[in-house]
Amino acid sequence: MTTMTPTPQQPTPNDQQTVPDDQPTAPEADARALDCKLRKRLGHFTLDLSLRVPGSGVTALFGQSGSGKTSLLRLIAGLDRPDDGRVQLGERKLTDVSRRLHVPAHRRGLGVVFQEARLFPHYRVRGNLTYGMPASARGRFDGLVNLLGIEPLLDRLPGTLSGGEARRVAIGRALLTAPRLLLMDEPLTGLDGERKQELLRYIVRLTREIDIPVVYVSHDPAEIVAVADHLALIDSGRLVAHGALDDLMMRLDLTDRLGGFDAATRLQASVVDHDDHYALTRVMLDDGQPLKIPRVAQPPGSAVSLRIGVRDVALAREMPRGTSYRNGVSARIEAIARSTQSPSINEVRLSVGRQRLRARLTREACDDLQLAEGDRVIALIRSVAFDPRT
Amino acid sequence: MLSDAEWQAIALSLKIAGSAVGWILIPGVAVAWLLARHDFRGKSLLDGLLHLPLVLPPVVVGYLLLLSLGRSGWLGQWLYQATGFSLPFTWQGAAVAGGVMAFPLLVRAVRLSLEAVDPKLEAAAATLGANRLRVLFTITLPLAIPGLLTGAVLAFARALSEFGATITFASNIPGQTRTLPLALYTLIQTPGREAAAARLCVLSIVIAMLSLLASEWLARRARRRLQERDQ
Repeated sequence: MTTMTPTPQQPTPNDQQTVPDDQPTAPEADARALDCKLRKRLGHFTLDLSLRVPGSGVTALFGQSGSGKTSLLRLIAGLDRPDDGRVQLGERKLTDVSRRLHVPAHRRGLGVVFQEARLFPHYRVRGNLTYGMPASARGRFDGLVNLLGIEPLLDRLPGTLSGGEARRVAIGRALLTAPRLLLMDEPLTGLDGERKQELLRYIVRLTREIDIPVVYVSHDPAEIVAVADHLALIDSGRLVAHGALDDLMMRLDLTDRLGGFDAATRLQASVVDHDDHYALTRVMLDDGQPLKIPRVAQPPGSAVSLRIGVRDVALAREMPRGTSYRNGVSARIEAIARSTQSPSINEVRLSVGRQRLRARLTREACDDLQLAEGDRVIALIRSVAFDPRT
Repeated sequence: MLSDAEWQAIALSLKIAGSAVGWILIPGVAVAWLLARHDFRGKSLLDGLLHLPLVLPPVVVGYLLLLSLGRSGWLGQWLYQATGFSLPFTWQGAAVAGGVMAFPLLVRAVRLSLEAVDPKLEAAAATLGANRLRVLFTITLPLAIPGLLTGAVLAFARALSEFGATITFASNIPGQTRTLPLALYTLIQTPGREAAAARLCVLSIVIAMLSLLASEWLARRARRRLQERDQ
């Protein structure tokens, strides 16, 4: 088990190091961080990990099904009791086995969105939404209903809703309890492709609007890349890696776990202008290099996040002529590593300005081009997936 | 169409059976909830005790009631001293006997319907800040209504047909404890009243059928209301 995070102790000044984020964490955000150190026997393995969830942004609990993610979420929510350990949100202790402390789920003040929507069939949508709503949250009702696009559903009964609609109501219902932390357990499970994308867009928008930390359980790398800021990688009840998502995506040794064949990285850019004729948008990386991506709606000047599959990047010594690759950016090779997936493949990490990018090449191509760490190359990017999170 | 004595027996039977269901409803639901949603030491013992009235000869139950609730019984003594009232040989006593006999049926039906309520919904309610009591009254019981109705009607029918425990505990006093089955029994014992006995027999069947139909109708209506919400 490689845990990058030391066991979180009482918050102390040098506890800053345990926050797996590049940015310094504001003290108020620190007071909202979730600390847990938990052990519980689960069938054929033991969940045993300590984790700190930063006080802002989306932290993904990521791992294969049966790795203990959902069990961890249930322990945090207070729906199950651990064999040993503690859970603490800011200064407030929620579970402490050594002190026989277990705050029951209904007094934790955490919002939970379950895999299935779990709407109450005998309440209308409005009744479901207001079930746990304190008077203090009444003012947020209209705004949230609007944001989730569930206004037309208010007088419907849950049985009449589609899967995606029901999930949106469930998310609204959890948020209207004015929780201090939102726990989401694979909220996209069981939706088909288009509904999935639609709900994902809602969730991405929402997580930008709300100012509480979110714990997001998922086993889908594409989903994580779209939603998460931080990542906790869990395997058989252990924490394998933990940190800022962009950093972990750069780790060649985690390729197998983070998407494998479909691994991807993110580049931040800003919109320059749109080409309506070809339906393209010109964007600029932070070091001024231009890229062309499929037309997006954002106006010039706005920031966008680009998702680039490692298989969609090729390397050249110089910009080739007569190629269909639309984008070539100047890059420097940071690291080359043999793929753990296939003996014919190398994983390459590049720096582009102050950002980083990854490419997957055949080992033969690397040798032919005599690529070495530190070399300057042109990274040819075939296609760019636009990541709705900006 | 019906004689005064017949009307009296019917009215008394309905009153006694109704009261019987009335007094066991809340304890019955409480016990059913305990059995459906909780694990505790002695659960199977409690379960067994609850089912005793179903398998014991009713006379035994009546005799035990007499021993405990009679004027000199351990409970009855206390009741008599406190209120000057004694249960045996009163219609209230008959309601107690009917209720005790119907209790297991009520608990079984309610327990089954409570167990059919998805605990995931209850957990969701808890994460929304609802304590156990609120979960019970806003989620569990409303969703268990069809089973609750069936259980209540079943218990009513059982109390209506109670004979052994009633005659042992409350005796067979016209206008006091002589319910339909007891009146029928009295007629059978009386030579030359075969026709009157047959009339009561038919009446019993009619009332039993009516209560079963009512139960079906109520349960279907409640289920439909829940399903409407489900489609």
